Amino acid sequence: METLCTEKTPEPGAFLDILEERRRTSDISHALRTFSPQPYKGHPPITASALNQAVLDSQHLHSIVEEIATESGEPVEVIREKASGILNEMSHNLQLSSIRLLGYTLSKVFKRAFHTVLVNEDGLNQLRQAIQEHPVILLPNHRSYMDFLVLSYIMFTYDLSMPVIAAGIALMDMMFFAPLLRRSGAFFIRRAIRADKLYWAVLSEYVRTIVRTGYAPVEFYIEGYRSRTLKSLNPKLGMIHMVLEPFFNGEVDDISLVPISISYDRVIEESLLAHELLGFPKPKESTMPISVRELAKGRINFSQHNQVPREMPQNPSEETQEFVSVMGHGVVRLQERGMVISPWSLMATILLQSPEGLGLDTLTQRTTWLRDIVLDWDIVLDWPAQVSDEEVISSNISRHRSMVCCEGGRVLLIEEQGPDGEESITPETAVFRRASIMLMCVSYRNQALHIFVRPALVALAIATTSSTKKEDVFTHFKFLQELFSNEFVFVPGMATEDFKEGCSLLVKCGVLQASDQELVVIEHGTDTASFLRAILQPFLETYQVVFRHMTEDGVVVFAEKQYIPAVRSYCLKLILAGELQTYEALSSDMQKNVLYTLVRMTAVTKTKVGDQNEFRVDKAAIQRIADILGSIGSHVV
Amino acid sequence: MASNGKSSERQRIAQQRLRIIAGHLRKQEELDHRDIAAQECKAESNSNAATPNSMPRKRQEIMKWNGWGYSDSRFLFNKKGQAEFTGKRYRLSGLILPSLKDWFEGTFGANLQHKSPATPAINASAVHPPNLSESFVEELKATGIPFSHDTEDRVFRAHGHCLHEIFALREGRFGRCPDMVVWPNCHNDVVKIVELACKHNVCLMPYGGGTSVSSALECPPEEKRSIVSLDTSQMNRILWIDEKNLTAHVEAGIIGQDLERLLNESGYCTGHEPDSMEFSSLGGWVATRASGMKKNIYGNIEDLVVHIKMVTPRGVIEKSCQGPRMSTGPDVHHFILGSEGTLGVVTEVTMKIRPVPEYQKYGSVVFPNFQAGVACLREVAKQRCAPASIRLMDNEQFQFGHALKPQESSIFTSFVEGLKKFYITKFKGFDPHQLCVATLLFEGDREKVLQHEKQVYDIAAKFGGLAAGEDNGQRGYMLTFVIAYLRDLGMEYYVIGESFETSVPWDRVLDLCRNVKERIIRECKDKGVQFAPLSTCRVTQTYDAGACVYFYFAFNYRGLSDPLSVYLQVEHAAREEILANGGSLSHHHGVGKLRKEWMRETISDVGVGMLKSVKEYVDPDNIFGNRNLL
Repeated sequence: METLCTEKTPEPGAFLDILEERRRTSDISHALRTFSPQPYKGHPPITASALNQAVLDSQHLHSIVEEIATESGEPVEVIREKASGILNEMSHNLQLSSIRLLGYTLSKVFKRAFHTVLVNEDGLNQLRQAIQEHPVILLPNHRSYMDFLVLSYIMFTYDLSMPVIAAGIALMDMMFFAPLLRRSGAFFIRRAIRADKLYWAVLSEYVRTIVRTGYAPVEFYIEGYRSRTLKSLNPKLGMIHMVLEPFFNGEVDDISLVPISISYDRVIEESLLAHELLGFPKPKESTMPISVRELAKGRINFSQHNQVPREMPQNPSEETQEFVSVMGHGVVRLQERGMVISPWSLMATILLQSPEGLGLDTLTQRTTWLRDIVLDWDIVLDWPAQVSDEEVISSNISRHRSMVCCEGGRVLLIEEQGPDGEESITPETAVFRRASIMLMCVSYRNQALHIFVRPALVALAIATTSSTKKEDVFTHFKFLQELFSNEFVFVPGMATEDFKEGCSLLVKCGVLQASDQELVVIEHGTDTASFLRAILQPFLETYQVVFRHMTEDGVVVFAEKQYIPAVRSYCLKLILAGELQTYEALSSDMQKNVLYTLVRMTAVTKTKVGDQNEFRVDKAAIQRIADILGSIGSHVV
Repeated sequence: MASNGKSSERQRIAQQRLRIIAGHLRKQEELDHRDIAAQECKAESNSNAATPNSMPRKRQEIMKWNGWGYSDSRFLFNKKGQAEFTGKRYRLSGLILPSLKDWFEGTFGANLQHKSPATPAINASAVHPPNLSESFVEELKATGIPFSHDTEDRVFRAHGHCLHEIFALREGRFGRCPDMVVWPNCHNDVVKIVELACKHNVCLMPYGGGTSVSSALECPPEEKRSIVSLDTSQMNRILWIDEKNLTAHVEAGIIGQDLERLLNESGYCTGHEPDSMEFSSLGGWVATRASGMKKNIYGNIEDLVVHIKMVTPRGVIEKSCQGPRMSTGPDVHHFILGSEGTLGVVTEVTMKIRPVPEYQKYGSVVFPNFQAGVACLREVAKQRCAPASIRLMDNEQFQFGHALKPQESSIFTSFVEGLKKFYITKFKGFDPHQLCVATLLFEGDREKVLQHEKQVYDIAAKFGGLAAGEDNGQRGYMLTFVIAYLRDLGMEYYVIGESFETSVPWDRVLDLCRNVKERIIRECKDKGVQFAPLSTCRVTQTYDAGACVYFYFAFNYRGLSDPLSVYLQVEHAAREEILANGGSLSHHHGVGKLRKEWMRETISDVGVGMLKSVKEYVDPDNIFGNRNLL
């Protein structure tokens, strides 16, 4: 998986604004121009209906249908009819006319919503090549509903084959949009389908057939759903497994994976919250197509796939699952690497460490300090070149006035105003209001979190290890990484590499002295080190609080829907009492992460009762984890 | 063979001759029984003195020492830049091939100005002097069995026909060569030689036709003992023909074309026609599990042999009777079949024979694309109605075949050809860069052949196939025999190439073909080959459960510093790709030393252990030390 991690981020200069031409020439003629993409050369093109027929006729589906018929006692015809129904609900109906309509509409929408839409042309040219050579999988990150169409729009503009896009079934409920989306290449997938054998079979055969025949590039969100916190999410592996299967089976010579990073200077959803529809630069870029064949070299033993008939449904081997998992995580890492960081993300990171506010000068000075560190780490930053630092800071403050304000030379997080004439608000309401602004700010910090996670974890591990020996620090690092692996994306089995990366970044920013055996913090690096550690503090605190709640609470067994309210009220109580500093503990996202971390670490067991998840707590086990964490937590600041 | 009346006339004459020969043989046999101890091979050979021996001891007198086949037959570009094939032996001999030059230059980016000629003759000083075992030579002399340690004889038997072997010869590089060559004349000679080899701890390497493409004939460089090449070419008699049981008992050194010719004279054939049958020997077929073009009717070598006699260091192994099938534990024949000279020397074989078929007809079908062709072959196999041979060439090979068309004899034929092409590409809408062709060979009695032909063409039509005439079919099969000569032509102009094969289940045929061809192209590109290689395949055999696929690849190596290593890496990668796609390590070429590294994964640890323990029992001192297979 080395290739996934040594990928160089391209020069930021290579971005081009695609809206510029739209502002100069006719949108209609853009939408109606000759659209002649170069198709995949390995397979003659087929129609959407031929694709569906191929799925229904497949040996794989036939055998599953028969299997289900035998199990359920229902006649084969009925099951086949069901399968056909599922396929109808699912399948896309890509049509050029709709693409043109979409192209026209989006030109209008984007020009209104965005200042610029920047694309990496080199990346697109590589994509053009890749589409002709091998089946292509487009893997964008998902931060906004806009993602859904933005890629199709760009591909239309650049004369690239239109992708078919995996969409959540929820989108299908949008009465007016669903048919349009379908005709624009969307296909719909229900949620929680693991248990539905027939559905799974239809879906996987559908996806496989598209990939196998190189019907169209397949686009899906490897993170599974839109990240509400704007933090990258651990990948969902089911879909990636489906698209890779034709390669494992040797039905295609190779598959090109194209991780795509879409970064927003300002997320539309956040703006919607602020009742304002004004967008800003939106640099987008795609990394090099990755050859699955190269990645699989020496990792997959194909002979297991050759012992049984090609069409026979089979469970993936452990080796394959591991490969898919490493690959999925690797793709998310590549998306992270491809992201363009906005100055505001850095400012948010700094501001969140001083909830009481900062002087404008201090903020400017801290932000440029952080900028220099980050640039030194080869991060692509969208820092305007021709403008003074002060102007960058102040323009960002005003752009994000929904979160911050500058009063008397001090920059503060704003207090959200309640409805007019509201006199007395309860302390609870005040906390939630403040929390909503905080969490909005957090979501911008989260977009830069992946840059800091590794050096911050190393810095934390160093502070909590009594010895300076590398291997001792590494032990602590590994514990923290394991604990937080629901929170941040780490490629499984690459702890050593992550540790090395963290160390080398710390050396670069003058925190550490490079040495083979020892890790020694340099005197004047302590400030940077404590800044990095403080980034992790909200996570440490929240995890500790939830652990405490679970060990103190009398309840041993609870349902998922009881969990969130219970934890929320516990945290609220602590915040009001001044015992808990971080408002992030109120984020249901993080609360869920803690729960599933404990499940992963087998301190909590999850069982299915009816269609509800039930959790059973092993208090002693949680206490053990809490104790280790407790000894670490005291060292944070 | 096409004309019915003539062949039955010939059969009658053949029958008569057979009776005479059979009479001779019977007399000889009676004599043998009377005086076993005094048996003399030389006397036996008198009985069929009429048999012309097409393979002399000094093979280099009629064959190339550094290329394929007969010295008098080769491709060349004449002064006008036209390709021609010299000699008189083949249908193509003496003909001009006007389109070959354009195809050659266009496919490989080669240029007739850029030549890469071979070293003209063996430089004897470049060959290591023989390492002889004095005592062995001494005792061998006493037996009267002919032998030689002449450099040319040794060099000739130090290689097979892998690209790297021929390439080295052309450059005048010689690795470890056998130290001497012996020519046993019969089974008993072999027994004596093996006894002496055991006694004096000499390494024996059996040598049949020398057509190996698995590095099987390469002398292990680590072998310190004297290496003796045991050339079986003089053991080439048909010892008896049994018309009641339709079997023939034959000495294992006989080469394919002699066996068929001699049997034909008696009105029979074995029907075993591997592509190398001009030179490869019966013993070699047994030792490598060979497969013939017409196996659909006659079967592969393992189906054809009834009885095998092999001399091993432990003694002679053979079954007690000529029963057609036995249930006596694992079939010991299967230790011999595919043993690749590691256990002993096959000396005599009883083979099934068939009457020469009354009627033979070639045919061909054009398909719009390779997928349709494979689907058709699969259906033919499913219905178990495969003709004697059915082969499917991909588009590249189809175009290659066209490049080998001799000059049109008349304006009329070229007009007809043009018309056909028009019909297929314009009227039927076939894309000339997609279409592919299946070649067919039907055999049997006339009526059945015609019936069979109709059945196959009807199936083909269901897959969009169009009958494309007998000529195309026949040319396809001719290609088989001349392709090895073509490689020598390529090597004169910086083009090197190789063929290799595999067998694969039906459901993976298409994927395997595509992926392997792609892999070859990609590997060549990665390794700095300037011009895209020729990478092509054909399906050459069909079975109930799968097919045999044959690949050719060749590229222009101008500008590469180490072309041989590039070639070896590409071939290695192609084999890995085959295995990853569910193909077998080999369908009929065997393992030799070239594919040894994959044996363990192919037959499992236990499988390797089983073979090893057999080797250890049969040949504990590794007298048959060619180190093939394991």
